This record gives sequence, C-alpha cells and structure tokens, in this order.
Amino acid sequence: MEKNNNKAVIKYNRWGYIFLIPFVVTYVIFQLIPLCSTIYNSFFENYRSGLTQIGPNFVGLENYKALLGGGELLGYLKNTLIMWVLGFVPQIFFSLLLGAWFSDPALRLKCQRFFKTVIYLPNLIMASAFAMLFFTLFSDTGPVNDILIGLGIIHQPYQFMIHVGSVRGLVAFMNFIMWFGNTTILLLAGMLGIDSSLYEAAEVDGASATQIFYRITLPLLKPILLYVMVTSLIGGLQMFDVPQILTNGNGDPMRSAMTMIMYLNKHLYSKNYGMGGALSVLLFFVTGVLSIIIFKTMNQPEKEAK
Amino acid sequence: MDTMNYKASRGMNIHARRIISYVVLVILTVLCLIWFYILMINATRSHGEMTRGFTPFPSTHLIENLHNVMHGTLPIAAGMRNSIFVSVCCAILCTYFSTMTAYAVHVYDFKLKKFMATFILAVMMIPGQVTALGFLRLIDRIGMDDSLTPLIIPSIASPIVYFYMKQYMESNLPSSLIEAARIDGSNEFKTFNWICVPLMKPAIAVQAIFTFVSTWNNYFTPALVLHTDTKKTLPVLIAQLRSADFLKFDMGQVYAMIAFSIFPVIVVYLLLSKYIVGGVTAGGVKG
Repeated sequence: MEKNNNKAVIKYNRWGYIFLIPFVVTYVIFQLIPLCSTIYNSFFENYRSGLTQIGPNFVGLENYKALLGGGELLGYLKNTLIMWVLGFVPQIFFSLLLGAWFSDPALRLKCQRFFKTVIYLPNLIMASAFAMLFFTLFSDTGPVNDILIGLGIIHQPYQFMIHVGSVRGLVAFMNFIMWFGNTTILLLAGMLGIDSSLYEAAEVDGASATQIFYRITLPLLKPILLYVMVTSLIGGLQMFDVPQILTNGNGDPMRSAMTMIMYLNKHLYSKNYGMGGALSVLLFFVTGVLSIIIFKTMNQPEKEAK
Repeated sequence: MDTMNYKASRGMNIHARRIISYVVLVILTVLCLIWFYILMINATRSHGEMTRGFTPFPSTHLIENLHNVMHGTLPIAAGMRNSIFVSVCCAILCTYFSTMTAYAVHVYDFKLKKFMATFILAVMMIPGQVTALGFLRLIDRIGMDDSLTPLIIPSIASPIVYFYMKQYMESNLPSSLIEAARIDGSNEFKTFNWICVPLMKPAIAVQAIFTFVSTWNNYFTPALVLHTDTKKTLPVLIAQLRSADFLKFDMGQVYAMIAFSIFPVIVVYLLLSKYIVGGVTAGGVKG
C-alpha cells in the first residue's frame, strides 16, 4: 500500500519538472545565454570604424582597462549617483512623512484613498512620454517660462536645458515625482504592520508624535526602509528613459546628465560589442555588490541584538 | 489645572498637525497633477494660440490636433496598435506561465525544487539592461530582429511575477483541494488550469495590470530591437519626436501625441486604482 502511494507521489512529482519547462527554456534562451554571451563579448575587440569592421579579436581585459582608465565611465557613474541622490532624498523624506500621517490614528486624515491614488499615479506614466512632456513644458518658449514671466518672477525665459543644475534637477525631480507614491505605499504597509500596543504604551507614557516616530516607527521600519533603498539604488543605476529623452541621448550640457545606461545604449546602438560587453559586466557587478553590501549592513544590527 | 492645560496643548497640537498635513498633501497633489493638467489644456490648443502664451483654459482644437497626429509623419496609429498588442500578449503570457512556475515549485516535491527556488530568487535582481547586448546578438542570429516577437516571448520567464504568485499561493491555495482533484481523477494539467488558475484570479489580475503597464512604458529594449517605423511602439515614437527638429513641429500635435500615449494608462488606472494601490503592498514590486 505504502509503496503504491510512493510511486503515485513520484509520478505526480514528475509534473513539477514539466511545469517548469516554459520558464526554464525561456530563461535559458533569452537571459542566461545572452548573459554568457555578453561576458564572452567583453573580452573581444569588436566594433565598426567607419565602414571597416574591426575584430572580433581576443584582447583579454583591454576593454575593462579602457573603460576604467578613461575617466569617462566614472564621470557617468557620478552623474547617475548625483541625480539618484537628488531624487531619493526628497522621496524618502516625503514618503516617511506621508506614511506616518496616513498611519496615525489620532490625525484621522480624510480622503486618504484619493491622496494615495493621486501620488501613485505618476509611477504608471510612460517615463519617456513624461520626459518629453517636461522637455516641452520647460523649453524656452514653453508654458513654465510663460507662467514664470507672467507672475513677474523672471523677466526673460530661463533656459532650463543649457544649465547643468537645472537639467540634473529636472531629472531628479521627475524621478522623485514618479517614485515617492510607490515608496509611500510600501512604507505605509510597513508602518501599519507595527503592533499598535507599542504606540498606545508610548502615548500613555506621554511621548510626543515626534518622539514616537523616531523611537518606535523608524527603528521597527528599518528592514523595509533598507529594502526600499536597495531597490531604489538598483533602479537608480538603471536610470535611462528620463535623461535619455530629456537630453536627446547626449546628456548635455557637457554630458553632465549622461547616465551609465545611456552610455551602454550608445555602445549598443553603434554596435561596439567589446566595450558594451565590458560595461554590462561592470554594471552587473556593481549592482550585485551594492545589493550584497546593503543587505549585509541591514542584517548586522539584528544579529547583535540577538 | 495642569492636566487641563496639557490636554489643551495636545489638542491644539493635533489640530495644527492636521492642518499642516493637509497643506503638504494638497501641495504634493498639485505637484503630481499640474503637468497633466497643462498637457490636457495644451492638447486642445492650436500652435498659434500657444505661441501667444499659456492660459489655464482649454480651447477648441483637440479634434484638429488629434487628426493631425493621425495623419502626420509618425505612424502613431500603428504605434498604438503595436503597443496594445505587445502589452496584452505580455500580460497574458507572463501571468499564466509565472503562475505555472510558481505552481511547480509550490505543489510538487522534486530533487531540484530547492535549487530552482533559490536560483529564481538570486536572478531576480539582475537588470535586463545587463543582458541586452547578448540578447540583441541572439535575436539577430535567429532572425527575430526588427519584430515584436522578441519583446513578447521573454516575458514568460519573469522572476518578480513568479515570486508574487508563489507568495499568494502559499496563503490561498490549500493542498487538500489539489488532492481532492486528483482523487476525482483530474490530471495534473487540468487541475492547474481549472482549479489553480481560477483561485489565483485576484493575483493574476493585479500582475496582469502591472505587466501591461510596464510593457506599455518600456523604452530601452524596443528602441534597440525595432527599426521599421510601422513596427515601433509608442515610447520609441515619442523618442523619435524628441530627436526630430523640435522647433519645426506643430506644438499642438506634440502635446496631442504625448496625451495620446499617457491618457489611456491614466484612464485604466483610475478605473482600477483600488486593485493597483492594494497590489503594490501585497508583493515586491520594484520601488
């Protein structure tokens, strides 16, 4: 009897493999093979110079040396990080603030659903269309300049697209607007998950709202805060659509808004497979290392507490 | 007396805090919506009207602008068709096969189960851009360059959607149901299609919406894969609009075209916002 049962279970369990076939086949063909091919390509010199095809010749680590030695890449990494930080700081600030307000039973905010719906909306907008919209709105003859002149704040159009600060600021601002709703909703879920008896005890002890926020909410929210930070940083390193469309792919003024993925896109577009491959591999490692570092720092204090 | 004072100050505090929070919320609401408001207004105005400066009231040229967009140099109608086709196919394939993958790992017990579960989690964070180079070379070699197929098929393997489905299954798919189906003589494939998928409907709906929207918005891969104008999706056409000599364009058309690619998503969102906002917290959607 038992043997029979076992056989039947094994027969069923074969289906586990069968149901995995679509995922595994697709993953191997469209992700794993491309990943290996990308790494493989990074060791070759393979590009077009005018009409002549150069390579593919094996060059070892030359592509990596050229990338890291050129200084160009580090500049683009710096641009990416600057724009990410400029967008992330207000994002996390307002998300924490709104999360604390929405979850505070004493405040009893009305129209919560309306506000949540509105702040999440920009997250779903096509980033390329949103960037195009900002480009038209902030162009020299665009409505923003019209309005600012109409209000008497400035006397002639401010050229948003030729100043380093304003271009980076616009990119960061768009990222902030597009992502703070998402972050708010994630943090709010974390805050609502905190045991309410902790808050009641604190209130009985006469703690103020600020004290409760810093002493109870924030420490208990650490795991989810770090999750938000990791995913946002990884997303930030992939920043592409907004600066690409806003600056028409060249990252001007003076390449100050050129991100790493825009640089990669340039290599892919011009079919420079060697450099593109090396850049992809570097991005792969940076993403991996960053997530490991942050996940580790996130786990350490918990272990000490134990 | 002391306690009364204390209570009064606390009451004032709450009142003041409530006012501050409403003010901040309203400012943020305005910051989120004003761009779309200006877009909506300007999409209804003609080029001539816009050169005379901004007014906060709509005009009467919306139909004219849309007509011009439809008959302009960029094949926007084809772009809309392509975008809808790719997004719908991705939403269906991605949710169905991710549910199937999650089902395999959740229900069955086989040798490689643990390895598969860890493997999928580990590769979840790999950004698609990193493999783009190999991906482009591959589709070049197998003759899929400049077609919509390579934008659709890869969505079958989506670790993030798999993860969401697996978590949903853990709390919503009792194994007794599957055993009961087996006793009744249903084969495994039928059990999956007629017992599991209907039970997973809420999760499938949420993920279908997210997959649809992210595919609709995707710009990086389509821009590298598609070369023929009539095969391009909306984001690629928008980018083309940006690289064209901007000042020669009829601004009414530019705004109408942006509105054309943004407002369908806004309408869908407003209709389904209840499920979408709930769905964000339920699973690990990229933040």
